[in-house]
Amino acid sequence: MPPFINKQTDSPMSMSDMKTGDRAIIVEFTDEELSLKLMEMGCTPGEIVTLKHVAPLGDPIAVSVSGYLLSLRKKEASTIIINLLP
Amino acid sequence: MNRDLKIALVGNPNSGKSTLFNILTGLKQKTGNFPGVTVDKKTGSTKLPGPSGTTVTAYLIDLPGTYSLQPKSIDEEVTCELLTNKSNPDSPDLIVVVADATNLKRSLYLVTQLIELERPVVLALNMIDQAPRLNSKFKIQTLEERLGIPVIPISARKDTGIVELKKILARPIAPSSKKFISADASPSAASIERYNAISAMVENIVHKEDNNERHALTHALDKILTHRIWGFACFLIVLLLIFQGIFYFASFPMKWIEELFIDFSKWGRLYLPSGELTELLINGVLAGLSGVLVFIPQIALLFGFIGILEDSGYMARVSFIMDRIMHKFGLNGRSVIPLISGIACAVPAIMGARTISNWKERLITIMVTPLMSCSARLPVYTLLISLIFPVGQRMHFFNINGIVLLLMYLIGFFAAIASAFVLKYLIKSKEKSYFIMELPVYRSPRWKTLSYTIFEKVKVFLFDAGKIIVAISVILWVLSSHGPSSKFSATQNASEKLKNSYAGNLGRAIEPAIAPLGFDWKIGIALITSFAAREVFVGTMATIYSVGDTKNTRSIREKMLEEKDPVTGNAVYSKATGLSLMIFFAFAMQCMSTLAVVKRETKSWKWPIFQFLYMGVMAYGASFLVYHLFR
Repeated sequence: MPPFINKQTDSPMSMSDMKTGDRAIIVEFTDEELSLKLMEMGCTPGEIVTLKHVAPLGDPIAVSVSGYLLSLRKKEASTIIINLLP
Repeated sequence: MNRDLKIALVGNPNSGKSTLFNILTGLKQKTGNFPGVTVDKKTGSTKLPGPSGTTVTAYLIDLPGTYSLQPKSIDEEVTCELLTNKSNPDSPDLIVVVADATNLKRSLYLVTQLIELERPVVLALNMIDQAPRLNSKFKIQTLEERLGIPVIPISARKDTGIVELKKILARPIAPSSKKFISADASPSAASIERYNAISAMVENIVHKEDNNERHALTHALDKILTHRIWGFACFLIVLLLIFQGIFYFASFPMKWIEELFIDFSKWGRLYLPSGELTELLINGVLAGLSGVLVFIPQIALLFGFIGILEDSGYMARVSFIMDRIMHKFGLNGRSVIPLISGIACAVPAIMGARTISNWKERLITIMVTPLMSCSARLPVYTLLISLIFPVGQRMHFFNINGIVLLLMYLIGFFAAIASAFVLKYLIKSKEKSYFIMELPVYRSPRWKTLSYTIFEKVKVFLFDAGKIIVAISVILWVLSSHGPSSKFSATQNASEKLKNSYAGNLGRAIEPAIAPLGFDWKIGIALITSFAAREVFVGTMATIYSVGDTKNTRSIREKMLEEKDPVTGNAVYSKATGLSLMIFFAFAMQCMSTLAVVKRETKSWKWPIFQFLYMGVMAYGASFLVYHLFR
């Protein structure tokens, strides 16, 4: 049995792991090319995101970020490392 | 010098840029709520109040919406090239950047990039009525100081602040010298740096809770409209309502138009001297014209409904709930917009595919969009459905004609996604596929803009398509009322005469090829003419069945209904032939304009030719199958 893993440090969480209603803070990106596109759409490190909706078939997702609603695929969301907020 | 003032309108998608353009120029064009609806370069001119009572004429260019000056799609490339390349003939003297006041932080990303171009920039802070907290003199002035450019709060929808904006535009404006990032930063470091600068800039100006109220309704609606069950259910209901609505509401004006043309023909017979010219007028021009005019109610309604879906913000939700399915078929959630617009007309729909940044997904969307049943097929379907299904048949409370019509549209849709699935494996690409898109706040459609859109589209249909239809109708009348052989002049029987006319010979020449599909030579003539444009079919039928008919008391439908096979004596428009013909129209690429636009968008003849062939093969095969199944 693996020992208890602290989500915040040992295994980084990505935006694709969030559940509806979760709030999180953006930490960093794992894909350089995609990060540029995401940043110009308002997803910057330090920004708070809330997962608002999940599409009927589980993908894409819609998050509220810097005052508006942004939709992106889970694959894209998985390149955004976040810290869940309580 | 002032006369040459060139102004470019730039902004994020959904910033209300096009609405402002409309107000400034008075030139009405489509403005949608879906990101990137403005795909073409639109220009117009406006009068600005110059110094001491003079007026300055300014030329405006409405550029496609973009989030940054690092282009991600063709639309954005257009914008960036024009703004950064000073030798471009359209290079503006002044940039007006339109920003959504409710979304200031994100908007400033583009604004700051534009300022760094060291050109004169004015910020039009749009939708200020929806961000009342931002609308204070102190905050606007602070923003002006921090950016180094004039900031004018406006509301394009409510028509406020426009006079102030015009005054500023007429004045000479110096470029701002502000820089927001360090020169040697890497792209991603620069983005972070830019955002830090923006965050510092909006300190004490924008507050986190500013948007909460505005978003409450959108959130509540999205909970239903993107719900795992209700989301799809609502989408289907919306589609069904549109089709029922089109059929129901259009049926009354269509009947009036039909009756009006029968009356016209009757008067013509009564009061015009009999002769070649009267025949040409009544059986050529009038018959062709009625074939065009009668479908205007349906086309107007269709464009109206699609306009409402786009403008309200619902279309973006449709992309959102459909992306997973679309992605599986080699398409993108954004492909839904071209596909649905394809119900109206494939030409603007194919241009709308420019918002898809991935070339492979865009190409597949372009290739399959013409399979969606466009408004030009509607007249054909309507006529054929009414021939093979008795009027007034009902299934519970639905009109059976409406159901069959919906089925035809579904067949088109499934053919489109099935073809996409095949193309996915045929076209190779390593480019990544994205679905990063704004879901705009729900808004009530701008009815004025909408009615102009409908008016414009109907006008285009009426004049562009109408010209071809009437011209072909006239040519056809000549070809079908004159003949080469002595057989033609020998007979007095109207149907024998048609058979031996030039058109009749042409139709009979291709009859062996189309007989396996259940089509006779009269349908053959209509098939040849409708390869220019589908809607010509009805006009051709009207002309063919009008030749030799000197009474003109019946509509085309009644004439076709009475048409009997000369050998068997059965009705020509049997279920098998009717269905086969509908399927042929559903799949065949019978539209010159679409082929031309595909050539333009793909920059090669390869794709339109491929499209013409694959759709043709599909049409022939499917019609053959349907005819033999129902015979």
